[in-house]
Parts: sequence; C-alpha cells; structure tokens
Amino acid sequence: MLLLIPLLPFAGFVVNAFLGRRLPKSVSGGIACLVMIGAFLVSVVSAWPLLGHGGHPIEQVVFDWLSSGALRVPFALRLDQLSSLMILVVTGIGSLIHIYSVGYMHEETDSEYARYFSYLNLFASFMLVLVLGASFPVMFVGWEGVGLCSYLLIGFYYAKQSAADAGKKAFVVNRIGDFGFILGMLLIFVTFETLDFQGVAAAAALRAPETLGMGVMTIATLLLFVGATGKSAQLPLHVWLPDAMEGPTPVSALIHAATMVTAGVYMIGRNAVLFSHAPMTLEIVAGIGVATALMAGTIGLVQNDIKRVLAYSTVSQLGYMFLAMGVGAYAAGIFHLYTHAFFKALLFLGSGAVIHALAGEQDLRNMGGLKKYLPVTYWTFLIGALAIAGVPFLSGFFSKDEILFKTFVGTEHSHGSKLLWVIGAMTSLLTAIYMFRLVFLTFHGERRAAAVSSHDAHGGHGHGAPHDAPPSMAIPLVVLAIGSVVAGFVGVPHALGGHNLIEGFLEPSFEVHRTAEAAGAPTAEAVSEARAVPLTGQGEAGEATHAAPADVATERMLMAVSTGIAVAGIGVAMFFWLRRPAAAAALERQFSGVHRLLQNKYYLDEIYNAVIVQPIKQLSTGALWKSMDVGLIDGTVNGVGAGVQGFSTSLRRLQTGSVRTYAASLFLGAALILGWYLWS
Amino acid sequence: MVPLSHYLLLSGLLFSIGTAGVFLRRNLITVLLSIEIMLNAVNLTFVAVGRAQGTVDGQIITFFVMTVAAAEAAVGLAIVIALFRHRETLSPDAFTSLKW
Amino acid sequence: MDTFAFYVFAAIAVIASLLVVGQRNPMYSVMLLITSFGALAGLYVLLDAPFTAVTQIIIYAGAIMVLFLFVVMLLNVPREEPLPRAIAGMIGPSGMRIGAVLSLLLGVEMLWAISHLTLGGQSDLLPNDFRPEYAEPVSSVANIGRALFTEHAFAFEVTSVLILVAMVGAVVLARKEH
Repeated sequence: MLLLIPLLPFAGFVVNAFLGRRLPKSVSGGIACLVMIGAFLVSVVSAWPLLGHGGHPIEQVVFDWLSSGALRVPFALRLDQLSSLMILVVTGIGSLIHIYSVGYMHEETDSEYARYFSYLNLFASFMLVLVLGASFPVMFVGWEGVGLCSYLLIGFYYAKQSAADAGKKAFVVNRIGDFGFILGMLLIFVTFETLDFQGVAAAAALRAPETLGMGVMTIATLLLFVGATGKSAQLPLHVWLPDAMEGPTPVSALIHAATMVTAGVYMIGRNAVLFSHAPMTLEIVAGIGVATALMAGTIGLVQNDIKRVLAYSTVSQLGYMFLAMGVGAYAAGIFHLYTHAFFKALLFLGSGAVIHALAGEQDLRNMGGLKKYLPVTYWTFLIGALAIAGVPFLSGFFSKDEILFKTFVGTEHSHGSKLLWVIGAMTSLLTAIYMFRLVFLTFHGERRAAAVSSHDAHGGHGHGAPHDAPPSMAIPLVVLAIGSVVAGFVGVPHALGGHNLIEGFLEPSFEVHRTAEAAGAPTAEAVSEARAVPLTGQGEAGEATHAAPADVATERMLMAVSTGIAVAGIGVAMFFWLRRPAAAAALERQFSGVHRLLQNKYYLDEIYNAVIVQPIKQLSTGALWKSMDVGLIDGTVNGVGAGVQGFSTSLRRLQTGSVRTYAASLFLGAALILGWYLWS
Repeated sequence: MVPLSHYLLLSGLLFSIGTAGVFLRRNLITVLLSIEIMLNAVNLTFVAVGRAQGTVDGQIITFFVMTVAAAEAAVGLAIVIALFRHRETLSPDAFTSLKW
Repeated sequence: MDTFAFYVFAAIAVIASLLVVGQRNPMYSVMLLITSFGALAGLYVLLDAPFTAVTQIIIYAGAIMVLFLFVVMLLNVPREEPLPRAIAGMIGPSGMRIGAVLSLLLGVEMLWAISHLTLGGQSDLLPNDFRPEYAEPVSSVANIGRALFTEHAFAFEVTSVLILVAMVGAVVLARKEH
C-alpha cells in the first residue's frame, strides 16, 4: 500500500516519457494530475490511522536490495508521523501545482508539454521515496533522484544558455553536498553497523551526547549537514538556488520552495536522535541557518527580478528551519516547513500568474498597477505575503514564532541563544520589508511597462491589457491561499490557549521507539495531556520545560515583539515604495556601494569562480588535459605507433629485392650459428 | 693414407669457394654453378666420414643429395630461362621487384 | 702413392672451383666445373667409394652439367655485364666486399672448426685415420643397394616423386607464354 504512493507518479512518468509525444496535451496533463491526486488520496488513507492517537508506524519492505557481509539494506518504506506529514505536503501541494501547470505550460508543444509533466511526475516519485525511505540508502536514492529532476527541470528550456548553465550549476553544487552526505552515511555504517533509521537512532540513544567536542557522531552529523547544505541551499552552497529560477515557475514553486529544498530539514528531523547527541553540530546548524537567513534577506531587498526575490526569500526561510533544528526544536522546524510550503508555493504561483499575464516580463521595475487587472492573483498573493511576514493568526505567524520562541528559551537539546534570536528577529523585519516591496512594486502604483507589446518567452499574447489567471491557475492559488490562512491552526501554542497539536503529533518521530527511557516511555497521549495543562515542567524525565508559566509570559511577549516587527516592516515598505519612491532611489544612491554589494549577492559567485572554478579549470586544462591526457597518454599511444612505424621502416630495408643480399644474410646467419656452437 | 682431417679441410675449402661464388658473381647461371660446388663439397664430407666410420650411410646420403641437386638444377634453370625471357638479362640485381 | 694422388686431385678441384667462381665466361665456368667434378670423382675412388665416383660422373658431370651447358648455349649468355647504375645500397662494390668478407669469415671458421675437431684427438665417431678393414664393406655396391632398398626405401620412393615434381615444374616454368 505504501509503495503505491511513489509508484503512481512513477507510472505517470513512464507513460508521459514514452508515449507523451503522441498524446494530446489534455491527455498527458490529465494523466500527470490524476496520478498525483491518486497519490494524495492514498497518502490520506495511509496517514489516517496515524492522525488519531494510538497509531503505529507502518513499514513495508519492497524487496531485498543490498546484502553483502554486514551490510543488509532492504528497500523499505516506513510511514510514521513525520513522513505522513511530508507525504501529505508533497502530494497535496504537488497536485495543486500540477493542475496549475496545465494552464501555465499550455503554450508549449505537445512533446515539450509531455516532457515537462514526465519530469514533474518523476520528481514527485523520487521525493516520496526520499521521505518514505526507512534507511539512509533508500533516502539517498530519492535524494539523488530529486537532484537529477531538479537539473532536468531547471534546464527545461535547454536551448537557452543561461538555463542550461543554471541546471548544471545546481547539479554540481548539489553533488558537492552529496559527497558529504555519502561520507556521513559511511561513517554511520562503520560506527553503528546499521543504516536503518530506527536502528541508528536506537544505537545513538545508547551513547552519551558528545558535549565535549568532536566525537564520531559529531563528525557524521556534520557530514550529513554538508549534504543538507547543498540540497537546501544554505551558506555556502546556496548559490544554485537563485539561478534555478531559469526553470518554469511551477517548477520553482514545487521543487525550490515547497519540497526538494526542504529535504535537508527533513533529513535532520529524521535523524533527530542522532543530531541531539551531537550538540556541537546543532550549534553549527543553528549558526549557519541564521546567518543564511540574514544574508539572503539582505540580498532579497535589492533584487529586481520577481522570482529572484522569492528565491532569496526561500533561502532565508530555509535558514529559519535550520535555526529551529539547530536549537533542538525539531517539531517547530517541520511546522515551519509545512506552513512555508503553502505560502511560498502560493507566492511563486502568483508570480507565475503575473509573468504569464505580462507575457514574460519578470523585472519589477517594469511592473506596477496590476492590482486592477489581476484581482485574484493580487488578493491571493497578498495573503501569502502577509503570511510570510508573520502577521498574527496567519500560518506563518505561528510557525515562525514557535521557532523564535524556542531559540530564545532553548529546548532540552540546546540552551537557546539570545543572539540568535536577535538575528532571527532582524531577519523577520527584512522579510516583511522585501516581501511588501515586492507587493507594492508589482501590484500598486502606476503601470511602468517597458514595452506593452508582447515579446519574450511566453509566446506573446498581443493583448492590450494583462489578463488574470485562467481557472486552472486560479483555483490552486485560491486553495493555497486558504491553506496559508488555516494551516497554522494545528500549531497554536499553549501561550494562546492552544494545544500545539502538531508538536505533539510529531514528537514520537523524534524519539526512539520501543526504548524505555527513564520513568516510562512518553506516548503521544501522555505528552499531549501534559501539554494541555500549562503547568510547571514536571512529569516525564527531562521533558517539557515549555509549559512553565514564566515561559508563557515570555512567549506572549515575544509574539508581541514579532507582530510589531511585522507591522514595522510593512510600514517601511509602504513608505519607500508606495508613498515615496523617490526616497528609495535617493537612499540607493547614497549607499550605492552597499547597494551594489547586495545586488551582486556579496560577490559570492565571483569569489567561488575565482577561488575554486578557475583554478580547477586551469588545473584540468593545463595539467590534466594537456600534460597527462594529450602528452602522456596520447603520447604513449602515438609513441608506440610511431615507434613501431619507425622500427618497421628501418626493418623493411632488409627487403632489398636483391637475391644476393638474401644469400649474404643466409650465410651470415650460418656463420654466426656456427660460431655460437664453436665457442660454447 | 691421408687422415680424415685433410678431406674435411678440403671440403670446407670448397664450400667456402662456393659461398664466395654465390655472392660475388653477377650471373645467375654462375650462381647456380657455385651452389653445385657447395653441394659437392658436402658430398665429399659425407663420403669421407662414412669411410672413416665404416658404414655405407655416407654414400647413401650422397646418392640422395645428388638426386636432389639434379632436381634443383632443373627447376632452377627453368626459372632462369623464364626470367631471361622476361628481362633479357641474367644479373640477379635486375630482379628487384620485391624491394621495399 | 695415395697421398700424392690425393694432393693432385685436391689441387685440381680447388683450382678449378676457384676459376669457376673467378672468371667471366660462363661457358668456361661450366667446363671448369666438369673438371672439378672429375677430380672429386677421383677423390671418391681414393676413399674406396667407386659407386659414388661413377654416379658422380654420370649424374653430375654427365647430366647436370650438360643441362647447364644447354641452357648457357640457349640463352647465349654474353660476358658478364657491369653493374646497372640504378641499384645502390647493399649491392654493388660495397656488397661485394661484404660478401667477400663473409665468405672469408666462413671459410676461416670452418677450417678452424675442423682442425679443432680432428687434430685434437681421436674419437669414436670421428676417427682421424681410415682403417683398412673398412674398405671392403664400404666399397661394396651390394651393401649400398641393400641399405638403399631396405633402410632408406621410403626416402628412395619419395625421391622419385621429387624428381617427377621437378620435371613437371621445370616444364611448366620454362614454357613459352602464348
């Protein structure tokens, strides 16, 4: 049953890949959407028992995969609370994006259309394998697979040089991360002799946390984190995500906002027990997360391409998720992953609608005043922007606040850090500012079209006024907007009288099963019971410091602060880009150096190019290519040939054609042989 | 009686002369003649040693050598005639088609 | 007496051979070779091998040399021509010199070998002196015939095939093309 979930999209891939060229668009698109919706339904059915209390994880072994000596890895899928949430997100939002794509990609040719959907289905299939995998290798299959699909989809318009380059960049940077992942996986196998997630967690739980520094678990988790950095676009391997915007917008929405880039966060959540035993790694994770969040926020402030702003926003929000994981608030991180999937996908799809309406225009400076032409798009986009800014009671508010709260007070796995909270709060401010800059520049003000006539990638509508999204695109927007509003209600914290259902729901996934921790294993029921009463933190050993009254007050105070930050951010954006655009331009001129630094993304790409890419190219060209390949290897091969040739040339002079010479050589030989016999 | 060694020396000498003739002469027929000299030298050796050992084997071999020499001379001369018809010359140096 | 005869025959053989190799006219070469064969026949007689001597005269001097004579006269071979200019390298004066040197080398080697073998001492296989008692069995034609037709009968038969092949080959090769 579990196997159906990744298998359905895979079947869609097979059909569209092999037959797509000959199918009309309605059929290929229809098949793709149907398999996704089917996968969603199966996911709901499979996850249903887990949603109540007393559900047990399901495991399904598909076939015996690796078996060599001590290594036994069956291809097994496992559904527990964490993965059930993930599959619902992937299949649910995935289905919506497939439906959206039906409208968005409509101008492509039949074969291109089918190719697009085949890749998209393949991606979904791999992502589901990643999330459902019960062991590292199975997850890695999905990990690599989504990386491949990312490459295929970023470079979808392969005839365009920049798209092809972006695809390559994504794949190569991902690979660097994957290298770390593989090393981590190997180290784990050597240390724990198992690669099964449950097995590793159980073995790790038997050890003491490595508080004193670099133990085996610290190194392994750091290596795994390198992989997460690559896949989830954190510093320093974030450079591929902005370029990945070359792909079609639904791709950016699905892969680079809602699902693939969250794989790193998911991986840490999956291995929560292991990471909890490596405090140093957690600190590094939190540090890098928050640094990335801040950095990306600053860059997003000055970008002029609508998708780039959203891309940097994604990097920044991913930083938040890693911050959460780094302070041990695993549930909070996953919660933010879940809410972020809604509003980020919404924002990307909305931007897609804008681009579609403007026949390919993506520069903010050429937009404006679209509010009256694209009402549905505008209102849904606005909801998404409000959610991401952290306006109270929308989904983003709850999840981001949970993260910031946990950062401030700490968890059972970490002390929490006021400094990190400050940086996180600053980033919140930046988020609100750049998001609303985007909203105001795109939808408000006057229309600043560069040239109203249609040109560019979208095949040209030639319409006078931009038109709003067609139903296939509008419906997903509306659904996602609704989601952005209500999704957060599963995580209403105790401070506001809620039960924080999602934290309780996910808690078992972050612990080891069937292991009697001190004083009775906390089951899902017992924990949520404890949560319902905001009491002092007694109860299970080492559990629940979060329910203390002092904490409740702190939480409420922090919530008020974040709300203030969000409002302030919106206000700043309103000032600069709604009321007085001239002020923005003046500020830009005054701090032109800083502005240029930010616009060029801190010149990181250039630095990488100079420090890493060019030397490798030089090495490859000069040393490896010219000296070794051409010189040594070709030289040897050619040399052998030339040598044989030279030898033959001198040897063939023996063929003088003269009988007497031959006779002479005969006698010479006879004389030599005779001499040999005589002298020995 | 002359000791065996004298006969052997003589045949060696004749053989060398024949060898020299094969190289040095520029007439195919003379080359063939030199080859005959060599064969005869060998015959002499066989007979002499056979006499020294007291067996007829030496003479038997000589018999066969002579037969083969006859066959070889016949075929060789036939070839010489064919070559002469082709090129009008009997110098071995004229036939160099197999030169590289 | 025998010794004297040996030296005479030996001298004739060597000188005739030298002249065969040395002088220009092919006709003279053939004749001189016949002389040499005659001398060798004499040597065979001295070695108590009359059958071989007679065979030598009949086959070599009588048949083979006559064949050579026919060919020489048929082809009307002139005196030897000088070397054509076009051919260089291993052939030519340098080639000749090399050839001469090689022959000299070979000759010296053989002489050395032979003297080393025989003058050193006696051995059973290569006794230096001819025993008189061996003269009788060696010279008997009956013995030769017996050995030829019993021990070496196969070689005998094969030789007859060889002669047939040579005959056919000679005819085919020397045929005029039409």
